[in-house]
Amino acid sequence: MGWYNKRLAKSLWVFHVSGSPCNNCDIEILDLLTPRYDLERLGIKLVGSIRHADVLLVTGVFNQKIAPRIKKIYEQAPKPIFVVAIGTCVSGSCCFKDSYNITEKRDTVIPIDMYIPGCPPKPEAMIEAVAKLVGVLNG
Amino acid sequence: MNAWLLFYLLVFPGMLFTGILGLLVGWLDRKVSAWFQYRVGPPLFQNFNDFFKLLGKETIIVKDALKSVFVLAPLAAFGILVLLATIIGMSLFYQNGFSGDLVVIMYLMMTYSVMIILGGSATGNVYSSVGAGREMKLLLADELAFILVILIPIIRSKYQLQLDQILTVQQTSGAFIGSASGIIAFIIGLLCIQAKMTLPPFHIPEAETEIVEGPFMEYSGPLLAFWKLNHYMMYVIYPFLLILLFWGGFQWQGIAILWSVLKYLLIVVLMIIIKNTNPRIRIDTALNFFWKYATPLAFIGIILAVLGV
Repeated sequence: MGWYNKRLAKSLWVFHVSGSPCNNCDIEILDLLTPRYDLERLGIKLVGSIRHADVLLVTGVFNQKIAPRIKKIYEQAPKPIFVVAIGTCVSGSCCFKDSYNITEKRDTVIPIDMYIPGCPPKPEAMIEAVAKLVGVLNG
Repeated sequence: MNAWLLFYLLVFPGMLFTGILGLLVGWLDRKVSAWFQYRVGPPLFQNFNDFFKLLGKETIIVKDALKSVFVLAPLAAFGILVLLATIIGMSLFYQNGFSGDLVVIMYLMMTYSVMIILGGSATGNVYSSVGAGREMKLLLADELAFILVILIPIIRSKYQLQLDQILTVQQTSGAFIGSASGIIAFIIGLLCIQAKMTLPPFHIPEAETEIVEGPFMEYSGPLLAFWKLNHYMMYVIYPFLLILLFWGGFQWQGIAILWSVLKYLLIVVLMIIIKNTNPRIRIDTALNFFWKYATPLAFIGIILAVLGV
C-alpha cells in the first residue's frame, strides 16, 4: 500500500463542512485556496461533493442539531477519509463551552484524525498540518 | 491484421496514447489556469496521481440509483471516447479511413453526451438530475451549429464523407482555414467544442458552485476516475478533429513536426484562454448564443463554401 499512499498524499481532495462555527475558521480555510498560499501546488483541491473527497474539514462546536448531519456526511464519504478538525471550537469548545446545546465530546460524533487549534488558526498552521498528514501517509 | 486492430485500439491512436496525452494536457490546462490567477499550479504528474488515487478509493453505489446504468455509463462513455480517438487518429496518423466515418464520429460524439445524461439521471439525486437536464439543453443548443460546421469541410472537399479524403484534399489544395468559410467554421467549431466539453463559459451542466458538478456528483472512486479521464481525453480528441477537418492534419517531415505540435498547442491554449476569461452563462443565454448568432453565421459559412471561397 506504500505506492498507493504516496499517490493519495499527492492528491488530497478536501471537502469542507461547517458544524455551527462563527465562520472565522471557514474564511481562513478559503484563504488557503487563494493565490497567496495556493494549495493546488501540493495537489489539494476543494471539491463540492463529499463523494469526491479524501479529507473532511470540520469547524465549529457541534451542536445537537448539526451533530447527526455531520455523522451522516461522514458516513456518505468513500473510505479512506481523513477528518481534520480546524479551530479551538472542535478541540475545546472555545468560548461556547458552557452553552446549553453543544455535544459533550466531538470524538463521539465522528472519529477525528487531526486537530488544528487556534481561533482561528493561521493558514500557515493549516499548511503545516497538511504537510504532517502527507508525511504520515508517506511513512 | 487482428493484432494490429488491437494495437490501434489499445495503444497508439486509441486508449493509452489518448489517455496519457490527455492527462498531460489536463495538467497544462490547470497550470495555465494557475498562471492566469498568479498562482504556481500543480506539479506535472498531478492528474496521474489523481487518477490512480481515485482508482483505489471505495466505490459507493447509491441506494436510490439504477445500479446497472450508474455503473455502466462512465465505462461506456470511456469506450466511446476510445473509439472516437481511434477513428480520428487512424485518419490523422495512418491516412486510413472508411467511407462515412465522419457520420460515425458525429453519432459517437452525441452518444457521449447521452451517456452523461444517463449517468446523471441514474443516480436519483436532485442536483444530478438538474445537471443531466442542463446537459440535454446544452446538447440541443450546440448540436445544430456543430453539424453545420462539419458540413463546411464536406462541401469544400467536393462532398467527401471520409476523413482521410478530406485530409487529402487539404494537403493538395491548401488547408480550409485559409479561406473565408474555413475560418468561420473553425471559430464556431472551437466554441461548439467548448460547449461539448462543458468548459467555461459553457460549464452549465456541472456548475461546481451551484449544482456541485451536476451529473458526476454521486460518483466516487474508480467510476469518478473514469469520468475525469474521459474529460481529459476530450482535450486530445476535439482539437485533433479540428486540425483534421480544417487545418490540414499533421506533417512529420523535419521542421514540420514542430509546426504540427504548435498547431495542437495553439488550439488547446485558445480553449484555456476562453475558459479563464469568461464567467458561466445561463442556459437561456447559451441557447440564444448558439441559435441566434452561431447557427446563422455557420449558414453564411455554408453559402460561402458552396460558392467556393
